[in-house]
Amino acid sequence: MSDTVVQVNNLGKTYTLRHQPQRYTALRDVLTDSVKTLGRSLRQRKNVFRENQNQETFWALKDVSFNLKAGEVLGVVGRNGAGKSTLLKLLSRITEPSAGRITIQGRVASLLEVGTGFHPELTGRENVFLNGSILGMSRVEIRKKFDEIVAFAEVERFLDTPVKRYSSGMYMRLAFSVAAHLDAEILVIDEVLAVGDVNFQKKCLRKMEDTSGKDGRSILFVSHNMGAVKSLCNSAIFLEKGQLIQHGTTDAVIEAYLASGEDEDSSQGEKKWADLSKAPGNDEIRLSAVRLLNPDGKIQSSFDPAAPITVEIDYCLFKKVSGFRLTVEVSDLSGVILFASTDHATRPPDSPPGCYRSQCHIYGDLFKPGLHYVAIAIDIPGFKVILAETKFLSFFIESAGQHGSFLPESWPGVIAPRLSWELTTLDN
Amino acid sequence: MSPHSPIIIEAGRTEAQYWQDLWRYRELFYFLAWRDILVRYKQTAIGVFWALLRPFLTMLVFTVVFGRLANLPSEGNAPYPVLVFAGMLPWQFFSNALTECSNSLIENTNLISKIYFPRLIIPASAVIVSFVDFLISGFILLGLMAWYDAVPSWRIITLPIFIAIGFAAAMGSGLWLAALNVKYRDFRYVVPFLVQFGLYISPVGFSSAIVPERWRLLYSLNPMVSVIDGFRWAIIGGDVQLYWPGFMVSFFLVNLLLISGILNFRKVEKTFADII
Repeated sequence: MSDTVVQVNNLGKTYTLRHQPQRYTALRDVLTDSVKTLGRSLRQRKNVFRENQNQETFWALKDVSFNLKAGEVLGVVGRNGAGKSTLLKLLSRITEPSAGRITIQGRVASLLEVGTGFHPELTGRENVFLNGSILGMSRVEIRKKFDEIVAFAEVERFLDTPVKRYSSGMYMRLAFSVAAHLDAEILVIDEVLAVGDVNFQKKCLRKMEDTSGKDGRSILFVSHNMGAVKSLCNSAIFLEKGQLIQHGTTDAVIEAYLASGEDEDSSQGEKKWADLSKAPGNDEIRLSAVRLLNPDGKIQSSFDPAAPITVEIDYCLFKKVSGFRLTVEVSDLSGVILFASTDHATRPPDSPPGCYRSQCHIYGDLFKPGLHYVAIAIDIPGFKVILAETKFLSFFIESAGQHGSFLPESWPGVIAPRLSWELTTLDN
Repeated sequence: MSPHSPIIIEAGRTEAQYWQDLWRYRELFYFLAWRDILVRYKQTAIGVFWALLRPFLTMLVFTVVFGRLANLPSEGNAPYPVLVFAGMLPWQFFSNALTECSNSLIENTNLISKIYFPRLIIPASAVIVSFVDFLISGFILLGLMAWYDAVPSWRIITLPIFIAIGFAAAMGSGLWLAALNVKYRDFRYVVPFLVQFGLYISPVGFSSAIVPERWRLLYSLNPMVSVIDGFRWAIIGGDVQLYWPGFMVSFFLVNLLLISGILNFRKVEKTFADII
């Protein structure tokens, strides 16, 4: 017997894009459109049934093949719109593929959202039953695990309170707890770990790791959180523009993913514009290059947490510009801006035409592990924006450890600066 | 747990396991209906009483307007309120079920776009919720009959047949509208109109015996005509006659509606998650 539980062969999914601003089709528009088309084609004597020009077929997923073995935890990484969610929807049978085939051996439980079907008016107890059955548990099963679920969520005291009165933390804990107790052989999880407080996240991760080791459960896990993917998954696949780019060990795939950068080469550590007339900016100032440097002045996009990083910006002024400033903005994977820094105070008020180089030195021991983006903006405050902040570069901070703990645990906070601690013994 | 046969997902594959899945998900069906009933009666201050009050008041109005003011004849020797109520019971079930059913998919968008289950469960459970209301308001009829000392004949045992036809009519048209509603949201405006219009062209406030004989077959194209007539025939008893040709037409139409409704629903069901 083969121990492959999910077999995906040449899977593809198309969507039809309508170049119309509407969210849904109205019959009225279908009628008017067909009358218009008919009228036009009568005039032009063309086929009435020709392709609607407003429509375009788009492959959200194309020719994707991979296998998932029993007990394997497979990470799925890729940028927004790479087809990750589409893949999960196909696997959980929410939509039908346009091409290819998936063979699944066993029960699939999909967690594309925590708390699907929770009803605010119903009590915690009622919602556990409702949500459990939505996720595919039987009544007997839910009753058997009920106490465990409630204890795990730590909401015993509020069981008979409508969940609309729950705090968002309690709500999420209860919702996740139901999901964590699912008994399916195959679990499909989308980003749901991005909720709840850190301690509860850890508890859930542990719970899922438990079950995955114990009864050979296979998990397909989609996340932007490389830390979670790294710590949970044995292997990973990397999707880009609907295609499978790489399938291999988690480390190799994450590396490939990070190296692929936000757009073409943003994680090469450097971005150059050969043709200055097309470079970002306006007819006063244009960028010619931006790069990230290590302390030795070498271009780099992956840094040790302790290493300082220099953001170097080359730009040219085509005329004298007064009162402008450069701003460097660093954000993390989830889009939170960690900080922004500007040279406004250190820059002379007037700059004659010519090409310049500015360097912004970011000290080490500051970032959390993971991917970060560097955006650059140029403006004349209160007057005009020359270049709106644009993410040109990204960098990856390897491994944790600098926040002061020697355990390799995940740590709260958006940054992890190394601060100095002092210990004094007091005389009593 | 029994060993599973592998699930194969492929383009355009009509899943052989669909009906099997429907059975496997029967508990979800039960829970969805349970949720809707629970929520409905939790949110209203007077709860179950509401299900009684609405038909009762409508019955009063109809009795006054059609029975007293317009002075229309009753059927057999039934008191007018009983005649009205025997018609209104199936009609309100039908109209509620149709409304709930056609909106059910849109209202459960989050479920449809996040979880797999046979989509048929959603509209079906919506009809069940209306059916519970129907059973509750059935008590008013019992009360009325006790009040007027109207003892039903043996025909009352055929009532489930007419209930089933009403159920099928609601389900059939509800499935059509639910599926259309996902794709063309303007059906949302069609349904209330349809329901209001239907109230006037169905013999709810009056007896269909007042419709001229030569129009009766045509009148029976409205499937609710036969359901309502059947209700009266079964409940009132006595010399109430059932118009058999009309009944056969309605019966045929309801079946057609239900079967085509299910087939159409099955056909477009796979695209719901993409377009909803």
